[in-house]
Amino acid sequence: MNVPVAWYLVVAALLFGIGAYGLLTRRSALVMFMCIELMLNAVNLTFVSFSRTLGDVAGQASVFFVMVVAAAEVTVGLGIVVAVFRRRSSTSVDELSELHG
Amino acid sequence: MIAATYTTAGVLVFVTSSLLILVGAISVIVVKNPVHAAVSLIVTLFGVAVAFVAQSADFLAAAQIIVYAGAIVVLFLFVIMFLGVDRREGVRVDPLVGQRPFALAGVLITVGGLITLMARSHWVTGATGVANGGAPLATGQGNVRQLGTAVFTTYLFAFEATAVLLIIAVVGAVLLARRERRADEVNDEHEVGVGS
Repeated sequence: MNVPVAWYLVVAALLFGIGAYGLLTRRSALVMFMCIELMLNAVNLTFVSFSRTLGDVAGQASVFFVMVVAAAEVTVGLGIVVAVFRRRSSTSVDELSELHG
Repeated sequence: MIAATYTTAGVLVFVTSSLLILVGAISVIVVKNPVHAAVSLIVTLFGVAVAFVAQSADFLAAAQIIVYAGAIVVLFLFVIMFLGVDRREGVRVDPLVGQRPFALAGVLITVGGLITLMARSHWVTGATGVANGGAPLATGQGNVRQLGTAVFTTYLFAFEATAVLLIIAVVGAVLLARRERRADEVNDEHEVGVGS
């Protein structure tokens, strides 16, 4: 018998928190993207845990689609980072402040 | 009573995967060098793959390694190398006053709320699945077939939509990352186009 599902859910919640803290505090756009990946993986872990508990394959199918969307998101996001770097020679999000009031 | 419901091996796998996950995640947000952050991200993704295997999501564990560690992190490393390896976050002052304490407080409230929700909720277990025709999810080996059936029947429309999404993402990334042509080149081409 496997460990209780709540253990994995707690780990997923902690992983989500770590990713959220990194996203809120780091300056580099690249590291912020990595933190978004951490949060997506926390949600994936939650999906798989509930899929096991509820005996429903829908959770695993959701993880499948989350992975596809994450791959697309990283591709476009890193393309934007490269385009911004060409123009500004920096990936720090603090220097992208043209739109502030 | 509770201790009888799970085995030492399950606990061992859980401890291993959660150590990989949490140490890697903390390392991602702590280290200065983006290359080290990307390598730490691999550690976390590997831990999540171990957790997937422990919860009988075999196909997703393989896809996790191939797609995330194999493709996404390599893409990160490509961009890091392209932009310059030794680029660090230079300024240590906070442009926003009290950003870190507020971020920490918000994260603690979120995580505490999630864990409280888990502790106080009663999850229905053993419910029959809706996606695979009411058949329960097979544990151990053998739910790859169930996952494939669900993706190609119940979620067929979403699956086809992801194909469109990936095409759009590829075209968008190529357009975004393409080097802009100089103005005189554009003018030359414009004149040729008008003349012909």
